[in-house]
Amino acid sequence: MIYTAIVFLPLLGALIAGLFGRIIGPRPAELVTTGFMLLAAVLSWVVFVQVGFQHTTAKVQLMRWITSGDLEVSWSLRIDTLTAVMLVVVNTVSSLVHLYSIGYMEEDPHRQRFFAYLSLFTFAMLMLVTADNLLQMFFGWEGVGLASYLLIGFWYKKPSANAAAIKAFVVNRVGDFGFALGIFGLFAVFKTIQLDAVFAAAPGAAGKTFLFLGYDVDIMTTLCLLLFMGAMGKSAQFLLHTWLPDAMEGPTPVSALIHAATMVTAGVFMVARLSPLFELAPQALQVVTFVGAITAFFAATVGLVQNDIKRVIAYSTCSQLGYMFVACGVGAYSAGIFHLFTHAFFKALLFLGAGSVIHAMHHEQDMRRMGGLASKIRITWAMMLIGTLALTGVGIPHFYGFAGFHSKDAIIEAAYAAHTPNNYAFWLLVIAAFMTSFYSWRLMFMTFHGPARWAHVHDDHAHHDHKDDDHGHGAHEPHESPPVMLIPLAILALGAMLAGGVFTNAFIGVGHHGSADPYKAFWGAAIFEGRDNHILHAMHDIPGWVGFVPCIAMLAGLALAYLYYILAPWLPAATAKAFKPLYLFLLNKWYVDELYDFLFVRPSLWIGRALWKGGDGAVIDGAIDGTAGGVINMTNRVVKFQTGYVYTYAFWMLTGVAAIITWVMLNGGGAR
Amino acid sequence: MALTAGFFYLFATLAVFSAVMVIVAKNPVHAVLFLILTFFNAAGLFILLGAEFLAMLLIIVYVGAVSVLFLFVVMMLDVDFAELRAGFIKNAPLGLMVGGILVIELIMVLGFQVLKPGIAAQASVPIVPGASNTAALGRVLYTKYVYFFQGAGLILLVAMIGAIVLTLRHKEGVKRQSIAAQNARTPATAMSVVKVPSGGSMIPDAKPARVPEPVE
Amino acid sequence: MTLASLSPLWPELIVAGAAMLLLMVGVFRPETDNDGEAVGWLAILALIGAGVVIIQQPTASQTLFDNAFVIDGFGRFMKLLVLAGSAVALLLAFDDFRDHKHMKFEYPVLILLATVGMMMMVSASDLISLYLGLELQSLALYVVAAFRRDDVRSSEAGLKYFVLGALSSGMLLYGASLVYGFTGSTSFPVIAGIAKSSVAAGNIGLIFGLVFLMVGIAFKISAVPFHMWTPDVYEGAPTPVTAFFAAAPKIAAMALLCRVTLGAFPGFTAQWQQIIVFLSLASMLLGAFAAIGQTSIKRLMAYSSIANVGFALVGLSAHSAEGTQGVLIFMGVYLVMTLGVFACILSMRRQGGAVDTIDDLAGLSKHNLPMAMTLLVLMFSLAGIPPLAGFFSKWYVFLAAVNANLWLLAVVGVLASVVGAYYYLRIVKIMFFDDAAEPFLPVRAKALAVMAVSVVFVLFFVLPFIGGPIVEAATAAAKTFRY
Repeated sequence: MIYTAIVFLPLLGALIAGLFGRIIGPRPAELVTTGFMLLAAVLSWVVFVQVGFQHTTAKVQLMRWITSGDLEVSWSLRIDTLTAVMLVVVNTVSSLVHLYSIGYMEEDPHRQRFFAYLSLFTFAMLMLVTADNLLQMFFGWEGVGLASYLLIGFWYKKPSANAAAIKAFVVNRVGDFGFALGIFGLFAVFKTIQLDAVFAAAPGAAGKTFLFLGYDVDIMTTLCLLLFMGAMGKSAQFLLHTWLPDAMEGPTPVSALIHAATMVTAGVFMVARLSPLFELAPQALQVVTFVGAITAFFAATVGLVQNDIKRVIAYSTCSQLGYMFVACGVGAYSAGIFHLFTHAFFKALLFLGAGSVIHAMHHEQDMRRMGGLASKIRITWAMMLIGTLALTGVGIPHFYGFAGFHSKDAIIEAAYAAHTPNNYAFWLLVIAAFMTSFYSWRLMFMTFHGPARWAHVHDDHAHHDHKDDDHGHGAHEPHESPPVMLIPLAILALGAMLAGGVFTNAFIGVGHHGSADPYKAFWGAAIFEGRDNHILHAMHDIPGWVGFVPCIAMLAGLALAYLYYILAPWLPAATAKAFKPLYLFLLNKWYVDELYDFLFVRPSLWIGRALWKGGDGAVIDGAIDGTAGGVINMTNRVVKFQTGYVYTYAFWMLTGVAAIITWVMLNGGGAR
Repeated sequence: MALTAGFFYLFATLAVFSAVMVIVAKNPVHAVLFLILTFFNAAGLFILLGAEFLAMLLIIVYVGAVSVLFLFVVMMLDVDFAELRAGFIKNAPLGLMVGGILVIELIMVLGFQVLKPGIAAQASVPIVPGASNTAALGRVLYTKYVYFFQGAGLILLVAMIGAIVLTLRHKEGVKRQSIAAQNARTPATAMSVVKVPSGGSMIPDAKPARVPEPVE
Repeated sequence: MTLASLSPLWPELIVAGAAMLLLMVGVFRPETDNDGEAVGWLAILALIGAGVVIIQQPTASQTLFDNAFVIDGFGRFMKLLVLAGSAVALLLAFDDFRDHKHMKFEYPVLILLATVGMMMMVSASDLISLYLGLELQSLALYVVAAFRRDDVRSSEAGLKYFVLGALSSGMLLYGASLVYGFTGSTSFPVIAGIAKSSVAAGNIGLIFGLVFLMVGIAFKISAVPFHMWTPDVYEGAPTPVTAFFAAAPKIAAMALLCRVTLGAFPGFTAQWQQIIVFLSLASMLLGAFAAIGQTSIKRLMAYSSIANVGFALVGLSAHSAEGTQGVLIFMGVYLVMTLGVFACILSMRRQGGAVDTIDDLAGLSKHNLPMAMTLLVLMFSLAGIPPLAGFFSKWYVFLAAVNANLWLLAVVGVLASVVGAYYYLRIVKIMFFDDAAEPFLPVRAKALAVMAVSVVFVLFFVLPFIGGPIVEAATAAAKTFRY
């Protein structure tokens, strides 16, 4: 009952706010959704304690869903430790974001819709984390994608927001395509998509091969890689990351909830949830590690030079997700989830804090027009400071520290213990940690310290056109946010300070001298580790200096940021000038977007236009007209392909060949 | 063996590279020169396979005759390559996409086993042991493969007829040499004796009994 | 190898020998504008002679030259169609070429050589003979497309055909080399044996080879999407040449497609079948829709031939004796109808010269009722209206498709027929109900003869002594392949 309540309270809230929002008005809608969310959050902490520490796992079947041949799917809630952790994360952050939004969205006329979307998102996310079969997980997966699309494009009058929403949706489709293929493949191999049944049958398929695209390939590796493709899309890993920074077009609470704490971690959750499968596919895990490490490094480099306060945090998120995947990739799923857990608190804190800053600055997001805010908005500054300390992992090695210190350092140690070739994962992560520290402190210094660049903004940039016409820049004095926004910040700050230390033992603690491992008791059957997987032990047996490396990297980053932005503020510009190609490379985000534009967007547009004019115009319109005149019209357009130029004809011939070959390959190759 | 492999990769890489350059080269003359380079590398590959006759043939026919002809044509034609290139660039992304798909699929072919192993070895061994390449070819060309040989001959005949029928023109009023007519000339047909009245002039006949003058 | 052992090759030798002999005759005769007429008649004689020899040949299958050349029931049926198509197309050329003062002796010679190529294609049982036959035929066709060399459109047609044909030949060769590389043989029976074995199942390399081979041939039969040259070439080439293009080469290429699919790759039915189905659907639909908007009757016939190729492929895709029989009957009937229609088109002459737009046919019934009736019968037959020959030919292929459970193909085929009927019947409407345009010059004897024969054939195909032997021969010929 309590489980059902947790999952469906947000849905109920969403329905009320969404369907009756116009009738009951914005304020009741806010109160209803927020109230339900808070209730769900409290309940999920109860469940967390029950499941995690009293080991009462459960499975609640709600209803049968699909029965068709071998395919049997039902709606059910799978409650184990992994689920409980995710419930806590999702509901806590979500309820705080709801609360925060009451203040942040105060001036928006469509608040009911906003809150309905938020609750709907929460419901979809809960469906995802409680899923007992892959179809339900996919339902949640697509549900959060939809809600994310709606929320990014919440300010639908802004063209950039619409574009970002579409981009997020489309890039996620690429990953989801792989995820769906993976599910199909699982069903084809095991004749079931029930998690337990799949896990039970999986060892039997290890090392066997099947035909995929005409090739004999290892079953588990292929399936895991396909599933991981889904995770890459949702968790914005390198090459599929492009949507995440753009998603910052949405309202800031959305960024905090969806694009920092919950949805983007779904990929990590999925890998951990399917750990029994991934453990059977070592090659797939190597790919996971590699992608994670690259992402952590890549996103951190880009984060160094961004000027939009939210984008810096977005790239930071991307980078931190890379850390989590590295943890999963080396087999330390619990460390990955631990980082997910702590990261949710401090990253939500940073985002909401950034929101508070933006609120204070009247929707100014460019850090170059901030500075010196520490004295104006003291509480926000303090909160952001805590978040930054947690993100950069401040703490005393082998003793105690902020949240990130425990989880992130655990991952770095695990990466070292995994002995990847040349220890590349370890070093990439350490470098990323250094850069994390640098850009985090850069953010702090640029925003809160140094000279105030906002007061005279108007004089300097008067000739610039301003994006927002209802808010002037710096014309008003920055003001502190209302308590309804500050309270969530405070709660999250508490989490950022304590979540690491308090739960370390439970999440990743190992027993000394042969005594039982606390982490095994905590996770129970929720996370599977192969027989040869001793990574959590191994990471405690690494050389002492490894434990200090991340700490040194962090301090070095801090020092450098202090030098650049406090002591010698002329240095950044000089450095940028000296290393201009590198600077531009980073500023343009490694040109990934430009590359995609050339490779995919433009050809697609071309085809789209051709289909629109030829296909849609000729075929669809022609069919609808349906009359003899329509047929003649269509004929004329069909004949338009008949340009008379030899190269057009040759092109169509080659296209025909390519199409036929692709068709035969997908259809006939090896199918016999 | 390693040396052979080395040369194989050398020739193959150069062949592919120069083939690409044929398309990419800005200057059409360079393109033809790259084409020649491609032929040379293909000839090298033939030699590695033990087909030296084909290799020489390739160089003599394709490089010696065909490509040089191309070169002349390209130099004489005034084609606006810049304009062609503009069209090429405009359609490049789409073309690249279709081409890319094909290439990927063709690469996937490599993953498949040849159904009858040992073909490569079989192809490189001369059909008659001890016989030279040319002799071996000659032995089968007129016996086992006579049908193909004659068929190919007919194709060349068609090409010849086609070239003549499409280009040869008989213009009126062009002076031609006719050796038979020249040889058949007798003094009786070649000259006539006329009597010129003193102080007067003589206009020759309207139909001179003369064949066209021999072309020097 | 004695001369007697070459007896299966006699028809080819006759045609090839005649070509070379007539070339000499033409060269050493005094040159005039229309020096090709005598040569042309002799060429027709040679074609008829080759046909007679084929009819006399024993029915059993024979192979020559290590399986490179095969003569069997299927081959003989197709060769007779090819010879008939070439001969009639050549016959139709005389008057038109004389009008243009361009009846050169090279034309019949090239037609003969193209016919040799087509006969080689029909008899091909080896990748090399396949390619040689195809190239011999194509090269001759490129030349005759541009035969009226002072006409820009004719030259353009020849050039386009040549460039695209070279591209398709390249793909065909690529496919052939893949097939050779993966099977180690160029001989169809050997390839068939390997392709049937279980090792070959799903071998992508072999499938790719097959696809490229089929693409090369699909270009020759102008199946969609490799059809784009067809309207331009048909329109640009001299009309008698277009008549030739629409008839014999289509038959030869279709025979070649049968040889490759049924003869060399019976083990890969699933793969080639879906390609044929695709080509067939696309050809039927595009042919039907694109023909509607045409104003030039030559272009219209180009799209009509594309659609008809689609219908013929329906039969092939069934992969059954019934289907092959359908293909054979369809191609035979198609040949007669096409040549009849082109005889009519060639008769569309006014004082100023030949015309070729559909509007020129307006009110034809008012001043030349026999010609209008001929076109009416042929158009009805092309539209597939019973009891004309065109109905039966479609019926055979669709029946085969239905029996092979290819319902989609049959349904789309019938729909495409309905759309196609629209433009065929539009011509009838224009001829009978529109205001009369300027009358044509009287129909000439050769065209009249062809028109008469085709109308009689189409009208009385239903009678047992016309349709019967053809259906019987097709049934026997279809048994050549094992299914």
